[in-house]
Amino acid sequence: MEKMSQDIIISSHGDGGLLTHQLMREIFIPFLDNEWLQEQGDAALLNLNGQKLAMSTDSFVVSPLFFKGGDIGKLAVCGTVNDLVVSGASPLWISAAFILPAGMNKSELKRVVQSMHTTANSLNLPVVTGDTKVVDSGDRNNLFINTTGIGLVQTDARFNTKYIQPGDVIIASGSMGDHGAAILAERLEFKGDNTPTSDCAPLTALFDKLKPFYADIRVMRDPTRGGLATTLIELAAAGNVDLFLEEGEIYIKPEVSAIADILGVDPYYLASEGRALIIVSASEANDIVKTLKTVPGAEDSSIIGSVRKVGGSVYLRTRLGGTRRLKMLSGKPLPRIC
Amino acid sequence: MCLALPMVVSSIEKNSMAVAELMGVKRKISILLVPGVQAGDHVLVHAGTAIEIINHQEAEERNFYLKSMLEGSG
Amino acid sequence: MNNQLDQQNISHKLNQSLLQRLERLGRQLVEEKGRKLVLMEVCGTHTVAYARTGIADLISDYIDLRSGPGCPICVTHQKDLDMVFSLAGLENTLIVTFGDLLRVPGSYTTLEQEIARGGRVQICYSPQEAVETAAQNPATKVVFIAIGFETTAPAIAAAIKLAAHQQLTNFWVYPILKRVPPALKALLLSPIGLDGFILPGHVATVLGSKGFNFMKNHGYPSVVTGFDSLDLLWGLYNLLKMIEENRVDVSNAYSHVVKEEGNRQARLLIEECYAIEPVTRWRGLGLIPESGYTLQPAYSKFNACLHFAMDVPDTSTDPRCICGPVITGQSNPHQCPLFGRHCTPSTPVGPCMVSPEGACGAYYYYR
Repeated sequence: MEKMSQDIIISSHGDGGLLTHQLMREIFIPFLDNEWLQEQGDAALLNLNGQKLAMSTDSFVVSPLFFKGGDIGKLAVCGTVNDLVVSGASPLWISAAFILPAGMNKSELKRVVQSMHTTANSLNLPVVTGDTKVVDSGDRNNLFINTTGIGLVQTDARFNTKYIQPGDVIIASGSMGDHGAAILAERLEFKGDNTPTSDCAPLTALFDKLKPFYADIRVMRDPTRGGLATTLIELAAAGNVDLFLEEGEIYIKPEVSAIADILGVDPYYLASEGRALIIVSASEANDIVKTLKTVPGAEDSSIIGSVRKVGGSVYLRTRLGGTRRLKMLSGKPLPRIC
Repeated sequence: MCLALPMVVSSIEKNSMAVAELMGVKRKISILLVPGVQAGDHVLVHAGTAIEIINHQEAEERNFYLKSMLEGSG
Repeated sequence: MNNQLDQQNISHKLNQSLLQRLERLGRQLVEEKGRKLVLMEVCGTHTVAYARTGIADLISDYIDLRSGPGCPICVTHQKDLDMVFSLAGLENTLIVTFGDLLRVPGSYTTLEQEIARGGRVQICYSPQEAVETAAQNPATKVVFIAIGFETTAPAIAAAIKLAAHQQLTNFWVYPILKRVPPALKALLLSPIGLDGFILPGHVATVLGSKGFNFMKNHGYPSVVTGFDSLDLLWGLYNLLKMIEENRVDVSNAYSHVVKEEGNRQARLLIEECYAIEPVTRWRGLGLIPESGYTLQPAYSKFNACLHFAMDVPDTSTDPRCICGPVITGQSNPHQCPLFGRHCTPSTPVGPCMVSPEGACGAYYYYR
């Protein structure tokens, strides 16, 4: 609408979907365009005298700070680690910058930092540099953390959307949408022992186990903000391929489905924070799934679809056998009554 | 215009509220519109409010009828 | 767990068999009539359900499904939206709303834009949350946007009663609730080229299947049905059967939920809290008599319209927007000159595009 002010940032610009992409195109890309950003990977691939490094940065603004299955501290480490991993790199170093709201409870902050420490330690990942700032305005529960990580790209791990070809197979390393559902459940006061648990976890073990198959992996992604659907739509567009998914093969946990159905949100657009989507050559797909199933946290790995042909869209075959197209969502998934 | 889900009432609370559950996920709901509801009843929940008690038996009967109709004449 | 899996498998088989039956009947009717059947799904939630399950795709050879006026967001008049949104900018005022309304465009702004400008908006799942918020924040003026049809009206009435019981003086409701039967009747006044109607199962839960008996007077077969795959298919099958038999009736394919007399308690609550407005403005359908609710005098102290002065500039709508014909089943979203180009979910011109439940949104996302 022409009359409406298009000159301010709104919450939906952080949706990870249509509006985020529009913002990128409108403001960021015109100024910051270069060969690394053009790759649009989860991490930048840098070449230093023949040594291949990956670098990724991510900011974490989740609310509430503590949720079933994790907290913002654990998330801040896993998020950046996973972006490096899906880019084919083993994480080496990480930084952590904090923006603290005045009024925040020190004990809560301690919990967050402790959790970051525990998570990073478990990966032998040192936090090598950092920063803290305090802001006066706003919600005293709004803690923001940025982490930036550097990793070493592994031999044979040449993951790029340009290698995707018709006939390739799409694998999901487990259930989808757990984290997003856990956050919604927390915010909207769902209780009980069986409320969704965030799947927040590092993908390093999974990556290590897949070593014999690096050459067969075209690309990996972690379906975070925007969920499975947004991630695959981006992949399809970047790789100029049509992806076909089988609804019956995509695992959504019953409690995630329950929250999603009650609130009227689509679990395909809810974030996962401990899962990988992997596009692989068909010949190795079954062996890869078998291997993944031996990794703790990836026991529910399965083939969820395939790459059909040149194109750029994502289609879903429903359980009933109908086909529909998955589109990029505008705005964040919100509770609806309709 | 009407997203509503079947949930099971796990306990009746005061002030015309109850706790209802779906796949183990629980939430407080209003039962003002379904007087006479009891724990164990299946209710249809819209916007955190039970708007009807589901006749579970009738649902099963419908399914049974459908099964025989569809399997019967090929 | 196994039991659940068994149940799913049984349901799946049933669905497949029913789908085959439906297809046979559908194709037979197409042959007889020499054209596809044209059916209207009154309710936006049905639009989404038929699309998401893939049923809309599977039946497309023999059934043309049209969306109806059953999307409360889509039929809310621009003027009402503008007035509601103007509240967001008021000092010390918190708007509480269902998520559906957050990104809907008024003439000048959206609630989301108002948040960005400093307005306070809380998204809730249940209207009870608005009452809780008011109780916990006595110094804040809390206004709940009461949008929806007869399914939602009783739930909101329950919240109003709760506020009354707690003697809250900082809680108001802005009523833009509407009634489905008068809208359907208005639709049926002109010839519309439809073969039958799929009626909103959850509005019927409150009104009863008898609440839609008037459909018979207009000569259209209709079916009340629910929202899971089995309900969706069974409802269609029932409707096609009536068409085959030239039988005009209101069939209840959701009888385990919808009683003939509906939910009397819910209707009593509606009568207690709401008065029917003499006339209400609907986007796309114009002015329809007795089709909207305002608060009863006994509850007028909770009526935001009486308490807040809302001064809004003149309403404007893009004249190219065909939300009206779309929600009355006369046009297809694809026929709108703005569809997919100027009007997309991220830059919606009309409310039909904003949510995946609006007719245009559903087309954009699912077809």
